This record gives sequence, structure tokens and C-alpha cells, in this order.
Amino acid sequence: MNRVARRRFVRNPHAVLGASLLLLLFLLAFAGPFLTHWSHTDIDYTALRQPPSVEHWFGTNSIGQDLYAQVLRGLQKSLLIGLLVALFATVLASFAGACAGYFGGWADRLTTLLIDLLLVFPAFLIIAIVSPRLRSASWLVLVGLLAAFGWMLTARVVRSMTRSLKERDFVRAARLMGVHPLRIVVRHILPNVASFLIVDATIAVGGAVMSETGLSYFGFGVQPPDVSLGTLIADGTGAAVTYPWMFFFAAGLLVVFVLAVNFLGDGLRDALDPTSDRARGRRTKRAPGRRERAARRPSHPVEQGHPAPEGTAGA
Amino acid sequence: MIAHLSKRLGYYALLLALAVVISYVLSSLALSPRGYFEGRQPPPPPEAIDTQLTALGINDRTPLWERFGNWLGHALHGDLGRTLDSSDVGTEFGRRIGVSLRLLLAGTLLGTVGGVLLGTWGAVRQYRFSDRAVTLFAFLLLSTPTFLLAVLLKVGAIRTNQAVGHELITFTGEKTPGLTGSLPTLFGDRAVHLLLPTLAIALGTAAAYSRYQRGTMLDVLGSDFLRTARAKGLRRRTAVLRHGLRTALVPMSTFFAYGFLTLFTGAAFTEKVFGWHGMGAWFVDAVGKGDINSVVAVNVFAAVMVLLAGFLADVLHAALDPRVRTS
Repeated sequence: MNRVARRRFVRNPHAVLGASLLLLLFLLAFAGPFLTHWSHTDIDYTALRQPPSVEHWFGTNSIGQDLYAQVLRGLQKSLLIGLLVALFATVLASFAGACAGYFGGWADRLTTLLIDLLLVFPAFLIIAIVSPRLRSASWLVLVGLLAAFGWMLTARVVRSMTRSLKERDFVRAARLMGVHPLRIVVRHILPNVASFLIVDATIAVGGAVMSETGLSYFGFGVQPPDVSLGTLIADGTGAAVTYPWMFFFAAGLLVVFVLAVNFLGDGLRDALDPTSDRARGRRTKRAPGRRERAARRPSHPVEQGHPAPEGTAGA
Repeated sequence: MIAHLSKRLGYYALLLALAVVISYVLSSLALSPRGYFEGRQPPPPPEAIDTQLTALGINDRTPLWERFGNWLGHALHGDLGRTLDSSDVGTEFGRRIGVSLRLLLAGTLLGTVGGVLLGTWGAVRQYRFSDRAVTLFAFLLLSTPTFLLAVLLKVGAIRTNQAVGHELITFTGEKTPGLTGSLPTLFGDRAVHLLLPTLAIALGTAAAYSRYQRGTMLDVLGSDFLRTARAKGLRRRTAVLRHGLRTALVPMSTFFAYGFLTLFTGAAFTEKVFGWHGMGAWFVDAVGKGDINSVVAVNVFAAVMVLLAGFLADVLHAALDPRVRTS
């Protein structure tokens, strides 16, 4: 981030709020467990369905597990899943998109076909179908699946950005100087789409966590004995009225986390992308960036937490 | 234009064919209907299970390609096979789509119109208090997964009912079973049942649309033609609504196309939380049971809807934006 971008970022209250909240959540998830002597697997037979107390800060569930330890454990897992999915999906998207855009021809046609095909399959449906086979698999498989179905829209945007970058003089010069094409992609194309990728990856973290919780809610996601925010919310739903602490701590942390990520993403976009709303101001003429927006078709409803109009859906 | 659209149609046909093959193969490999029958009490004899599975065309001891060929032959004649409970998938389809439509239509319409209006309002009042409030609220809703929002509404309703002392808001299923009475009573009963799901859907939809609409509207507000409209003497309100809003809706047509076609694919979370037996709930239950024929049917149908929405978006865009037609 250069100085201008940093200043724009720091002056944006949403962005600063988002970043601080995220920092706090990470601290809570990874340092918080050391503050209590309960682990997420311990069972306290003397305290079943107890409300929050000095002994059990978030109360206990129906088999006497300490919910503070459980919720933090779930938060850890959800944070990790979100980060890893966003990382894998963004790396995949940037390479696939940049290669398709730069090389054109068959590479482009095949990538486009693959993107369209994966978009036709709602990720939620596919992961749900495969889930019975994943009962015994590690949660890393879920990360792989979510990433495999989460890169297409980003790749489409990167592809269209690459196609216009390819005609720019500095890329042409590199090509004529005989620089290896892959090196051009890595050294000249990708750095120029980096700001878009950073913003997109940030928002993807929130999306991935929402997908994970949604899938886990139906039992298609993280499998016991692993816990995530999704499995905790699913377990607590039935007790939301009678034993609210079993539900609201996990649910609240989930919303705060996704909200923080969205704020941060929005702030980063304002800081990094000169064509975004805030930086643009009202009076200036339409800036570029329309193509990027046009390339972003809403994805299938069921595939993500709820985004897009189909939002309904969240399916 | 026609040539362009027909070329796209051909491409969509290819995508659909691939989608059909992949969903069938994937479902057949991953799901285990045999396990469903074996888990019954009392467990039926293995020969009976085999006969049943073969009759349904999903016996995992028949080679996969044979099963697929068989299924495809029937599917091309409009016969989508039978569910695990031996009812016709096609009939089930019709019923489920009806349920999903009744569940989603009001919420989606409300959310769409509300979102567009809120987005326009926010753009016109950019950075004022009202814009910030709408933005904050939209962000909050966008950060709440649908199932969570639905459960929260349900908890709120239960609390309200407890406070009032009788069942003021009912929220399970489509209607009160066994309720008889005059037409207005029955209609009122359905309307009350619709209240919470509609709210859950409308809130999520409106939040998403308001963000998109605010963005496209801001693009338009700075444009020359709007200044011209003002210069020739139109009031700001007229200029913004007549000239601005119309133009800002063009890029939104893509979202509308997806939003309305996915009405038919249902909303798994809302349906499950509120106990409606629509498309989404059908799919989730079918995966749980290993009902391959139903799963494939829903999956292919979802693919068709996504493709159709893409096609519709292309057509709408061309119809609304002359620049697309000429280029």
C-alpha cells in the first residue's frame, strides 16, 4: 500500500473498525483458550445446561461441555477455514484467470468452459452430495472443496483485466525483450491486479465462513468431533429459546466476524481502487471498472451464505 | 444479435449436457441408497433390497454406464424416474416448485423493490446520515447467514407469543393442518404463516440489492445526460427518477434475471427452518437418504435455471441497452 492508499484507509472509520475487530477476534480465538482451564472436550458432569457463570463463562451445553472453550475452538476452525479457502481460491483464480487472459486460444477457451461449468453447478449442491463420503475425512477436504468452487468469479475478472493489460506497452516491451511468458504473468500481470485480488480475497474470507457455517448447519460441512461456528450454531438452534447461551455466543461471534471482514474489504477497496464509490465522488464522469463489475455475475444462490439478490436464497 | 444469441444457446446446451453427466455420475458414486434400505427396521432381506434398487434403476451392482444410459433414455422422454419411496419424481417436482414459489414470491418481490428504492435513496443522499444508516444495516444483514436470520426471527416470534400469551405469530409450515372455515380465515391463516419467511427473504434480498443499486445509481448521478435533464428545467426528483433510475436499472437486469429464476430452485435454509416442503428441503432430505433420482433431478433443474437466467440476462441487457445491440 502506498502512502495515499494508507491515508485513505486510516481515515475510513469502517475499515479501521473492521481491522480492529478482526485483530480482537484472532486474539480471542488463539489466546482466549489459555484463560480457562476447560478444554473443548472436557465434560463437567456437575454442570449440565448451566447459564454463564464464573466457572463456565459462556455456560455449558446439554452434556456439560464448557461453551467458552467450545466456541473459541469453533472460532479457530472457522477462521482457519475462511483464511485457507480465500487463499487457495485467490491463488487458483489469479493463475487461471491470468493465464487464460494472457495466452488466449485454447487455454482461454478451456478455462472459460471450466469456469462456466462450475458456475452452473451450485457449489452447495455438489458439496452436499459429496458430503456423505467425507464423514471420516479431515476438514481440510472441505477447505479444498470450498476453494475449488470459489475461484470462478474472481478468475473471470482477472481474465478480463489481463486481456487489457496485455495490450499495455510495458507488457509488450517485456514480451519483445524475450521475457518468458510465465515470468511476464507473474512479474508484470499479477502485480497489476493485486489490489483487486487483495480486496476480493478479504471478502472471500467472509463468504467462505458463511458457506462453511451453512453447510455445517445441515451436517454437510465440518464433521464431529471437530467443531466450527456452524456446528455449534446448528447444535444450539433447538435450544435458542430455552437456553439462549448455547446459541447466541456462537451466532454473535459469527456475525461480528463476517461483518468485520466485510468492513475491512470495503475499506480496502476504497483505499486501493481509485474507481470505487468513495474515491470517485459524485461529480466525476464514469470511471472504468465497469467491465470488472459486468464480469461479476451473481453466483448461484445456494452456493453462498446469501449474497446476491438471490440472496433469498442463502438458499 | 440473433446469431449471437443462438451461438450462446448452443454453448449453453453443451454446458447442460456436461452438467447432466457430471451430476449423475457424482450422485451415483457418492450416495448410498442401499444404506437407506439396510437401515430400515426391520432390515429387509438383501434380495428384496436388490430387487427394489434395480426397479428404481439405482442398483450399485449394475454398471454405472448402463444405469446412466437407462436413466437418460427415460429422462429424454420426460420420465425422471422414481424417488426412494416409489413416487414419481416428475409429480413431486410440480408439487415442490409450487411450495417454493408460494414461499418465495412475496419476499423476493418485496426485497427487490425495497432494495432498489433504498439503494436509490442512499445514492441520492450519499454520506448523509440516512445513507450511512441504510449502509450499516445492509452490511449487518449481509453478514448474517440466512439460516441464522431465520432462526433469530423465529426466536423473536416465540418470545412475542409468550409475551402475548397465545399463538399470535405461527411459523411452522404453510398452514395450520386441519383448519376449516371460510375462505378469508384460510387465507388469513396462510398469510400469517408466510409472515416470518417472507421477512427473512425480503430482508436479505433488499440488503444485497440496495448495495448494487446504490453503486449503479452513483455511476449515473454524475453523468452528463442527467445534468442536461436538469439544465432543460426538470426538477431534481423528476430528473433522478425518470432519467437516472431507468438507466441505473439496466445493469441491475442481470441480478433480476438470476433473482427471479432462482425462485424456482427454492431456498433450502428458509424452507428447513420454517418447515416448508419445497425444492430446497427436498434436496437436503434426498441427499440425507441417498435418493439419487431426486438429487439428480434437482441438480439438473438448478443448472437449467442458472443457464436460463444467464440467457435471460443477455436478452434483457440487449433489449434495454442499445449500445449492446449495435456493438
